[in-house]
Amino acid sequence: MATLQGTCREVGDVAIVDFSGKITLGEGSAILRNTVRDLLGAGRRKILLNLADVDYIDSSGIGELVSAYTAAQNLRGELKLLQLTRRVHDILQITRLFTVFDVQADEEVAIRSFR
Amino acid sequence: MAPTAQRIEVTLETLLESVDLAESIVMRVAEASGFEEDDVHKIGMAVREGVINAYNYGNQHERRKKIQLNVELAPEQMVVHVIDQGKGFELTEVPDPLAEENLLRTSGRGIFLMRAFMDEFKVQHGPGGGAELIMVKKLPFTGSDNGRPPR
Repeated sequence: MATLQGTCREVGDVAIVDFSGKITLGEGSAILRNTVRDLLGAGRRKILLNLADVDYIDSSGIGELVSAYTAAQNLRGELKLLQLTRRVHDILQITRLFTVFDVQADEEVAIRSFR
Repeated sequence: MAPTAQRIEVTLETLLESVDLAESIVMRVAEASGFEEDDVHKIGMAVREGVINAYNYGNQHERRKKIQLNVELAPEQMVVHVIDQGKGFELTEVPDPLAEENLLRTSGRGIFLMRAFMDEFKVQHGPGGGAELIMVKKLPFTGSDNGRPPR
Protein backbone atom coordinates (compact mmCIF):
# COMPACT_ATOMS: atom_id res chain seq x y z
CA MET A 1 0.00 0.00 0.00
CA ALA A 2 1.23 3.49 -0.81
CA THR A 3 2.56 5.73 1.96
CA LEU A 4 -0.09 8.29 1.06
CA GLN A 5 -3.40 7.91 -0.69
CA GLY A 6 -5.44 10.75 -2.11
CA THR A 7 -9.04 10.71 -3.30
CA CYS A 8 -10.34 13.69 -5.26
CA ARG A 9 -13.94 14.91 -5.19
CA GLU A 10 -15.67 18.12 -6.15
CA VAL A 11 -18.11 20.35 -4.32
CA GLY A 12 -19.16 23.14 -6.64
CA ASP A 13 -15.98 24.61 -8.07
CA VAL A 14 -13.85 23.45 -5.13
CA ALA A 15 -11.64 20.40 -5.62
CA ILE A 16 -11.27 18.50 -2.35
CA VAL A 17 -8.56 15.90 -1.89
CA ASP A 18 -8.99 13.50 1.01
CA PHE A 19 -5.50 12.33 1.92
CA SER A 20 -4.67 9.48 4.24
CA GLY A 21 -1.29 8.22 5.37
CA LYS A 22 2.07 9.96 5.65
CA ILE A 23 3.47 12.91 3.70
CA THR A 24 7.15 12.08 3.87
CA LEU A 25 10.27 12.08 1.72
CA GLY A 26 9.80 9.91 -1.35
CA GLU A 27 6.46 8.47 -2.34
CA GLY A 28 4.23 10.48 -0.01
CA SER A 29 5.67 13.82 -1.09
CA ALA A 30 5.52 12.78 -4.76
CA ILE A 31 1.84 11.80 -4.52
CA LEU A 32 0.97 15.17 -2.98
CA ARG A 33 3.02 17.00 -5.64
CA ASN A 34 1.49 15.08 -8.54
CA THR A 35 -2.06 15.37 -7.23
CA VAL A 36 -1.88 19.15 -6.88
CA ARG A 37 -0.03 19.53 -10.19
CA ASP A 38 -2.73 17.50 -11.97
CA LEU A 39 -5.53 19.56 -10.43
CA LEU A 40 -3.86 22.85 -11.40
CA GLY A 41 -3.12 21.45 -14.85
CA ALA A 42 -6.80 20.61 -15.25
CA GLY A 43 -7.68 24.21 -14.52
CA ARG A 44 -8.77 23.81 -10.92
CA ARG A 45 -8.03 26.95 -8.92
CA LYS A 46 -9.80 26.25 -5.65
CA ILE A 47 -8.14 23.35 -3.89
CA LEU A 48 -8.86 22.06 -0.40
CA LEU A 49 -6.52 19.43 1.03
CA ASN A 50 -8.27 17.38 3.71
CA LEU A 51 -5.53 16.13 6.04
CA ALA A 52 -7.83 14.57 8.65
CA ASP A 53 -6.24 11.18 8.12
CA VAL A 54 -2.65 12.35 7.72
CA ASP A 55 -0.92 11.52 10.96
CA TYR A 56 2.66 12.26 9.97
CA ILE A 57 4.55 14.83 7.96
CA ASP A 58 8.30 15.43 7.75
CA SER A 59 10.34 18.37 6.44
CA SER A 60 10.04 17.05 2.89
CA GLY A 61 6.26 16.89 3.21
CA ILE A 62 6.16 20.40 4.66
CA GLY A 63 8.22 21.60 1.71
CA GLU A 64 5.77 19.93 -0.66
CA LEU A 65 2.80 21.64 1.00
CA VAL A 66 4.55 25.00 0.66
CA SER A 67 5.36 24.23 -2.98
CA ALA A 68 1.71 23.31 -3.66
CA TYR A 69 0.56 26.53 -2.00
CA THR A 70 2.87 28.75 -4.06
CA ALA A 71 2.05 26.85 -7.28
CA ALA A 72 -1.65 27.58 -6.73
CA GLN A 73 -0.94 31.21 -5.85
CA ASN A 74 1.19 31.70 -8.95
CA LEU A 75 -1.84 30.69 -11.04
CA ARG A 76 -4.09 33.04 -9.06
CA GLY A 77 -5.60 30.06 -7.33
CA GLU A 78 -6.16 29.22 -3.68
CA LEU A 79 -5.02 26.18 -1.74
CA LYS A 80 -6.29 25.62 1.77
CA LEU A 81 -5.91 22.93 4.41
CA LEU A 82 -8.73 21.16 6.24
CA GLN A 83 -8.87 19.28 9.54
CA LEU A 84 -5.29 18.86 10.69
CA THR A 85 -4.36 16.07 13.07
CA ARG A 86 -2.60 17.14 16.25
CA ARG A 87 0.87 16.24 15.02
CA VAL A 88 0.51 17.98 11.67
CA HIS A 89 -1.04 20.96 13.45
CA ASP A 90 1.92 21.13 15.86
CA ILE A 91 4.46 20.98 13.02
CA LEU A 92 2.76 23.79 11.12
CA GLN A 93 2.60 25.80 14.30
CA ILE A 94 6.27 25.52 15.27
CA THR A 95 7.39 26.20 11.68
CA ARG A 96 5.18 29.33 11.61
CA LEU A 97 3.32 28.02 8.57
CA PHE A 98 0.01 28.77 10.26
CA THR A 99 0.75 32.34 9.25
CA VAL A 100 0.93 31.22 5.61
CA PHE A 101 -1.80 28.61 5.17
CA ASP A 102 -5.50 29.12 5.59
CA VAL A 103 -6.33 26.18 7.87
CA GLN A 104 -9.99 25.28 8.25
CA ALA A 105 -11.70 22.95 10.70
CA ASP A 106 -15.08 22.55 9.02
CA GLU A 107 -15.55 21.48 5.41
CA GLU A 108 -18.65 23.57 4.67
CA VAL A 109 -17.07 26.67 6.15
CA ALA A 110 -13.89 25.95 4.20
CA ILE A 111 -15.80 25.66 0.92
CA ARG A 112 -17.60 28.95 1.53
CA SER A 113 -14.31 30.66 2.36
CA PHE A 114 -13.00 30.41 -1.21
CA ARG A 115 -13.31 33.61 -3.22
CA MET B 1 28.45 -0.08 40.54
CA ALA B 2 27.24 2.62 38.18
CA PRO B 3 25.27 1.32 35.19
CA THR B 4 27.19 1.48 31.94
CA ALA B 5 25.95 3.03 28.74
CA GLN B 6 24.65 0.78 26.00
CA ARG B 7 25.58 1.49 22.42
CA ILE B 8 24.13 0.52 19.06
CA GLU B 9 26.01 1.19 15.83
CA VAL B 10 24.36 0.82 12.42
CA THR B 11 25.92 1.54 9.04
CA LEU B 12 23.27 2.59 6.56
CA GLU B 13 23.35 2.72 2.78
CA THR B 14 22.70 6.08 1.16
CA LEU B 15 19.20 5.02 0.17
CA LEU B 16 15.76 6.45 0.69
CA GLU B 17 14.84 3.30 2.64
CA SER B 18 17.54 4.08 5.19
CA VAL B 19 15.49 7.05 6.39
CA ASP B 20 12.58 4.85 7.49
CA LEU B 21 14.94 2.19 8.83
CA ALA B 22 16.87 4.63 11.04
CA GLU B 23 13.65 6.12 12.37
CA SER B 24 12.25 2.70 13.13
CA ILE B 25 15.40 1.51 14.95
CA VAL B 26 15.64 4.60 17.12
CA MET B 27 11.93 4.60 17.96
CA ARG B 28 12.15 1.00 19.17
CA VAL B 29 15.13 1.83 21.36
CA ALA B 30 13.41 4.93 22.73
CA GLU B 31 10.24 3.00 23.48
CA ALA B 32 12.15 0.23 25.26
CA SER B 33 14.04 2.88 27.25
CA GLY B 34 10.91 4.28 28.85
CA PHE B 35 10.23 7.36 26.75
CA GLU B 36 6.58 8.33 26.46
CA GLU B 37 4.75 8.05 23.15
CA ASP B 38 5.10 11.72 22.22
CA ASP B 39 8.82 11.72 22.97
CA VAL B 40 9.30 8.48 21.02
CA HIS B 41 7.65 10.23 18.06
CA LYS B 42 9.85 13.32 18.47
CA ILE B 43 13.06 11.30 18.74
CA GLY B 44 12.09 9.25 15.69
CA MET B 45 11.29 12.34 13.69
CA ALA B 46 14.52 14.11 14.71
CA VAL B 47 16.56 11.09 13.62
CA ARG B 48 14.54 10.86 10.41
CA GLU B 49 15.45 14.48 9.67
CA GLY B 50 19.09 13.79 10.50
CA VAL B 51 19.27 10.89 8.06
CA ILE B 52 17.38 12.89 5.39
CA ASN B 53 20.04 15.57 5.85
CA ALA B 54 22.81 12.98 5.40
CA TYR B 55 21.06 11.41 2.39
CA ASN B 56 20.27 14.66 0.58
CA TYR B 57 22.92 17.19 1.53
CA GLY B 58 25.80 15.23 3.04
CA ASN B 59 26.15 12.20 0.79
CA GLN B 60 24.07 13.79 -2.00
CA HIS B 61 22.42 10.47 -2.91
CA GLU B 62 25.80 8.84 -3.67
CA ARG B 63 25.19 5.16 -3.09
CA ARG B 64 28.84 4.33 -2.39
CA LYS B 65 28.84 6.61 0.65
CA LYS B 66 27.57 5.45 4.03
CA ILE B 67 25.55 6.97 6.83
CA GLN B 68 26.60 5.99 10.34
CA LEU B 69 23.90 5.89 12.99
CA ASN B 70 25.10 5.50 16.58
CA VAL B 71 22.78 5.40 19.56
CA GLU B 72 24.14 5.62 23.10
CA LEU B 73 21.83 4.90 25.97
CA ALA B 74 23.08 6.19 29.29
CA PRO B 75 21.05 6.08 32.53
CA GLU B 76 19.89 9.67 32.13
CA GLN B 77 19.81 10.29 28.42
CA MET B 78 19.81 8.97 24.89
CA VAL B 79 22.44 10.33 22.53
CA VAL B 80 22.13 9.85 18.78
CA HIS B 81 24.91 10.51 16.26
CA VAL B 82 24.22 10.70 12.51
CA ILE B 83 27.45 10.87 10.54
CA ASP B 84 27.69 11.34 6.78
CA GLN B 85 30.57 11.28 4.31
CA GLY B 86 29.98 14.70 2.80
CA LYS B 87 31.85 17.95 3.31
CA GLY B 88 30.27 18.97 6.60
CA PHE B 89 28.67 22.30 7.41
CA GLU B 90 28.45 24.93 10.08
CA LEU B 91 25.18 25.64 11.88
CA THR B 92 25.75 29.34 11.36
CA GLU B 93 25.43 28.75 7.60
CA VAL B 94 21.90 27.39 7.94
CA PRO B 95 19.19 30.00 7.20
CA ASP B 96 16.52 30.52 9.85
CA PRO B 97 13.35 28.87 8.46
CA LEU B 98 11.20 31.03 10.74
CA ALA B 99 12.44 34.27 9.21
CA GLU B 100 9.70 35.98 7.20
CA GLU B 101 11.73 35.81 3.99
CA ASN B 102 12.26 32.05 4.39
CA LEU B 103 8.72 30.95 5.24
CA LEU B 104 7.91 29.99 1.65
CA ARG B 105 11.13 28.09 1.07
CA THR B 106 10.47 24.47 0.19
CA SER B 107 13.49 23.14 2.13
CA GLY B 108 15.66 24.00 5.10
CA ARG B 109 13.44 22.97 8.03
CA GLY B 110 15.18 19.71 9.00
CA ILE B 111 17.77 21.23 11.33
CA PHE B 112 15.10 23.36 12.94
CA LEU B 113 12.94 20.29 13.63
CA MET B 114 15.86 18.35 15.12
CA ARG B 115 16.55 21.26 17.47
CA ALA B 116 12.88 21.57 18.36
CA PHE B 117 12.37 17.90 19.15
CA MET B 118 15.56 17.11 21.07
CA ASP B 119 16.94 18.59 24.29
CA GLU B 120 20.38 19.26 22.84
CA PHE B 121 21.59 19.44 19.27
CA LYS B 122 24.96 20.22 17.77
CA VAL B 123 26.92 19.70 14.59
CA GLN B 124 30.61 18.92 14.32
CA HIS B 125 32.90 17.49 11.71
CA GLY B 126 32.90 13.70 11.81
CA PRO B 127 35.99 11.48 11.65
CA GLY B 128 35.97 11.54 7.82
CA GLY B 129 35.30 15.26 7.53
CA GLY B 130 31.56 14.95 6.93
CA ALA B 131 28.86 16.27 9.21
CA GLU B 132 28.24 14.60 12.55
CA LEU B 133 24.89 15.53 14.01
CA ILE B 134 24.64 14.89 17.74
CA MET B 135 21.23 14.85 19.38
CA VAL B 136 20.46 14.33 23.05
CA LYS B 137 17.14 13.51 24.68
CA LYS B 138 16.90 13.26 28.45
CA LEU B 139 15.16 10.18 29.75
CA PRO B 140 11.91 10.79 31.65
CA PHE B 141 12.00 10.58 35.43
CA THR B 142 9.15 9.17 37.43
CA GLY B 143 10.07 10.88 40.72
CA SER B 144 9.17 7.72 42.65
CA ASP B 145 12.37 5.79 42.20
CA ASN B 146 15.03 8.13 43.52
CA GLY B 147 15.32 9.96 40.24
CA ARG B 148 16.20 6.90 38.22
CA PRO B 149 14.59 6.62 34.82
CA PRO B 150 11.97 3.88 34.38
CA ARG B 151 13.02 0.72 32.58
